[in-house]
Amino acid sequence: MLETLILSRIQFAANISFHILFPSISIALGWFLFYFKLRYKGEGDDVWMRAYRFWVKVFALTFAMGVVSGITMSFQFGTNWPGYMETVGNIAGPLLGYEVLTAFFLEATFLGIMLFGINKVSNRTHTIATFLVAFGTTMSAFWIIALNSWMQTPTGFEMRDGKAFPLDWFEIIFNPSMPYRLAHMLIASGLTAAFLIAGLSAYRILKKDHKPAPRLALKTAVVAAAILIPLQIFLGDMHGLNTLKHQPAKIAAMEAIWHTEKGAPLVLFAIPDKETQSNKFAVEIPYGASLILTHHHDGELKGLNEFEGKHPPVTPLFFGFRIMVGVGMLMLLTAWWGCWQYWRHNEISPLLLKIYVGMTFSGWIAVLAGWYVTEIGRQPWLVTGVLTTAEAVTKTPPANVGTSLAIYLTLYVVLLAAYIWTLFLMAYKSVLVDRPEEALPTLQEELVEKNL
Amino acid sequence: MTDISNLTGEAFWLPVIFIGLMGLALFMYAILDGYDLGVGILLPRDSEAQRDTMIASIGPFWDANETWLVLGIGILLIAFPLAHSTILFHLYIPVTLMLAGLILRGVAFDFRAKSPEHHKKLWDMTFRAGSLLATLSQGFMLGLYVMEFESTPATYAFAALSAICVTAGYTFIGAAWLVLKTEGELQLRAAWWARLCCWLTALGLVAVSVVNPFVSEMIFDKWFGNPMVIILWVIPVFCFVLLFIVDRYLKRFPYPNDFGCWIPFTCAIMIFLLSFIGLAYSFYPYVVPNRLDIWQAASAPESLKFILVGTVIVLPTILAYTFFAYRVFRGKATQLKYY
Repeated sequence: MLETLILSRIQFAANISFHILFPSISIALGWFLFYFKLRYKGEGDDVWMRAYRFWVKVFALTFAMGVVSGITMSFQFGTNWPGYMETVGNIAGPLLGYEVLTAFFLEATFLGIMLFGINKVSNRTHTIATFLVAFGTTMSAFWIIALNSWMQTPTGFEMRDGKAFPLDWFEIIFNPSMPYRLAHMLIASGLTAAFLIAGLSAYRILKKDHKPAPRLALKTAVVAAAILIPLQIFLGDMHGLNTLKHQPAKIAAMEAIWHTEKGAPLVLFAIPDKETQSNKFAVEIPYGASLILTHHHDGELKGLNEFEGKHPPVTPLFFGFRIMVGVGMLMLLTAWWGCWQYWRHNEISPLLLKIYVGMTFSGWIAVLAGWYVTEIGRQPWLVTGVLTTAEAVTKTPPANVGTSLAIYLTLYVVLLAAYIWTLFLMAYKSVLVDRPEEALPTLQEELVEKNL
Repeated sequence: MTDISNLTGEAFWLPVIFIGLMGLALFMYAILDGYDLGVGILLPRDSEAQRDTMIASIGPFWDANETWLVLGIGILLIAFPLAHSTILFHLYIPVTLMLAGLILRGVAFDFRAKSPEHHKKLWDMTFRAGSLLATLSQGFMLGLYVMEFESTPATYAFAALSAICVTAGYTFIGAAWLVLKTEGELQLRAAWWARLCCWLTALGLVAVSVVNPFVSEMIFDKWFGNPMVIILWVIPVFCFVLLFIVDRYLKRFPYPNDFGCWIPFTCAIMIFLLSFIGLAYSFYPYVVPNRLDIWQAASAPESLKFILVGTVIVLPTILAYTFFAYRVFRGKATQLKYY
């Protein structure tokens, strides 16, 4: 029989993994839509407006998925992790409250105008509504990452009678890891959205869509990705250095450094073995890890032996980190390759289009892998040094948690399949719109009527 | 219970302000998502066109409406963390079912229009089932709350009764919303629904009001313990006057020039408000009935003050732009077009 703790952890992990898929698209997709809207001249059947029209529907679906999966999170603090709010509620509460007040209402209210109001308000008001929705999603990321980072690197508080009390809100919000994590996540969202746009647009072009809108969207996305990815690698490096300073055990687990050493090698691949405290089948670059993390080839890195019993599990961190970096490298390669093709041939070759289709959801893999590294990397703590995960869990019987977990998992699997399928279906349907050889001038209107 | 005379200044008034804010948020939720869920429950099997219009009438609003629930639960979490974990501990399974219902309802909104044609009805029925599940669970939770989370057969029977009553209430306000926002055949149908649900709601109110004081000693004392509370009986009397007005109005429906199409919805809001005041009076100052009062459950004053500053600035802004959105989409619901 599984225990309430492990079941609650699986449930929270399933919930938050499912949830993060959608904000990681919608945060940046909102800004892409704002950009499309700015380029639109405000009248006629402009190609930018066509791109907007397609992607605003994707945004609507994604946003709805994000909202409904997000609501479950706010309840789970109470249902599964009562110790969390009882111990650090004085800090976490206001941060969550500000997220609801400054972000949720803003995005949800103006979304209605953004989606359905274009004929009811002026073009300028509609553009402002689009901006406010994008701004709202970003504010939402700001607050929740402030809280998450505070749980990683808590500052600006004191403990009295086992409860955290705030001392300095500025220090709490802008805690040491917050700026890095926020920037890293916002750019990750940019890349996730860019590869989604590139993938679906490439799919439309491969399905012989002759309209200019998907080409325009593809180019925008490829160029955006090519600019964002080097920025992301640079930021990721800074984030890593910040983690080394504040959470050295996490770095030791990510790099599978079992014993403190000078001139530590960069382990490209290995099977970390907990029993023998060593790496099997290791492929290493000598001095690599020390060079990257201390910027000196002989720098000392603390090993897991320094954090006996208080370090996170090695295997998920080690592989999670490598998967994230691997996807990032693939993104770098394909985005720059695309730019090179635009420069030389002014269009993307069918082979690369197929690769983009394959990489439609590559952002998700990198985002999930990265979040697994940072969240599992915080274990055994829920709030570093303040509260462990085991201390915070509910006393609800395991049967209850098992039931809710089964309900959530079923829903998530079905909805995720429906979501991915629907995106490609929408892309395919839009290929049929305005196709000269189909001679169906009314199809566009039909699709409009049916709210597609 | 806390001895109020020992409390001074902010230690006294901060929890009072926050229980007021939480009440406001939950009241807004009951009204706004109440009509969304009611419309969802009413979706007819036999007419796709009517389903389209009904969903179009709530399409631009539902997202923001649901956010009031997040705010209400958020304030419970922020201001009364002890109560939050106690309440949700006891409501584990109904909360899960409510969330499943809200998830299904929310995604069906988008999938119904974007999936293949032959899946549309399936998503519409998912929409209806999700709305019904969420509504029943909310009513059930309210019942458990009133019964102080005991695990007796009487508790579950009362919670089931409460589930039916809340469903009747939401369906009533949903039908009233449709009378306001639609026209033609659908509006006539909605008027019929509204009249039916109006009496169901009345029946529910009577049932709950009669059973309530007998199952809860605390409520009995509050309602009958003091001769002054006779003033309180204005609430049910006023409720029935409103229900009577709605019934008379709908009996002769429709009227030329759509006269008074706002009457049922406005009356429904008033009825919700009165019931809400009744509930709030019955439980104040407890946030977990008979166990935790608002001062015992409250967070640190420094946290409450930090969030209060923001609330004072932001909440009026939220109300202002919500008003703006309702103005943009005023009048009868038209086909929802993304462009």
